[in-house]
Amino acid sequence: MSSPGTTAHDVPVLDGSALAGVLSEVYAFEATRAVVRCASCGHADVLARTTVHLTAMGGVVRCATCTAVLLVVVERPDGVRVSTSGAAWVQAPG
Amino acid sequence: MSWHVATVVGTRSVTPTARALTLAVPGFAAALPGQHVDLRLTAPDGYQATRAYSLSDTGQDERVDVVVDEVPDGEVSPYLTRVARPGDQLEVRGPLGGYFVWHEDDPAPVLLVAGGSGVVPFLAMLRARRAAGRRTPFRLVCSVRTPDDAIERAEVDSPDPGLDVHWVFTRAAPPGWPAPPRRLTTDDLVTPGFGPDDGTAVFVCGPTGFVEAATGLLTGLGHPPGRVRTERFGGA
Repeated sequence: MSSPGTTAHDVPVLDGSALAGVLSEVYAFEATRAVVRCASCGHADVLARTTVHLTAMGGVVRCATCTAVLLVVVERPDGVRVSTSGAAWVQAPG
Repeated sequence: MSWHVATVVGTRSVTPTARALTLAVPGFAAALPGQHVDLRLTAPDGYQATRAYSLSDTGQDERVDVVVDEVPDGEVSPYLTRVARPGDQLEVRGPLGGYFVWHEDDPAPVLLVAGGSGVVPFLAMLRARRAAGRRTPFRLVCSVRTPDDAIERAEVDSPDPGLDVHWVFTRAAPPGWPAPPRRLTTDDLVTPGFGPDDGTAVFVCGPTGFVEAATGLLTGLGHPPGRVRTERFGGA
């Protein structure tokens, strides 16, 4: 059972802005204005408009249109790792 | 972006559960209204917890102003709302974000829709607009549970040319208030001069459920999804 704004695991659903800080460790550009294209459905939009589930380890970024996983961000002791396998591409803000 | 050491230089209660904090942060570059920071606390055993907080005032180098509302059982907010005092140190990363930002040279009318402490980034926008002497049309719609939960209501309500403020009380209204407590409705969001045909820039900030409800009403009114910027916050 879940209520609006929460998942079955009661993790709040946030948006891409929630990852601005951790992604600043990885990318030289301001990441929330970067455009990400979903490899599943082809939807392209700025990261700020994606859906984000935060955990103690990092965040899971999902396509706002089809909910496919776009990016997985993990804070590791040796640095922040971003898996981008769900994204066709990421474009730096103009 | 690296972490900066921050020192608490001031605290002030703004509601029974929320507190304004001012931090001195050497090396921190002035932020834009709508941006946020990450705050990091480190326990004596080395355990670290990081949370994002919207800035309530911007434009000054080496200074960070936030308003933190306590999340019951939170890891970080109870320290900031109850314990932190001048001289305490923590760490700051930022300024962060470039999407949920108002640029003072943008002439478009601005509709701000806040749920609870979602008003905090809008305080920064109102303060920046006032500081710059702009007359950009602004309408702020604030939804709060009770009058006690309204953050900086006296400041928000003080007359400011071109600014129109509308309060929605969802559980208890002030004595004599013309409307009974109720949720945000379409009527709260329809104002001449701030419609989809006016090129309005819309910002919505609040808990996830509020943001999704408000965004649904706004797009139902015809605001293009691309002109409705949202920022959700969750437990902390």
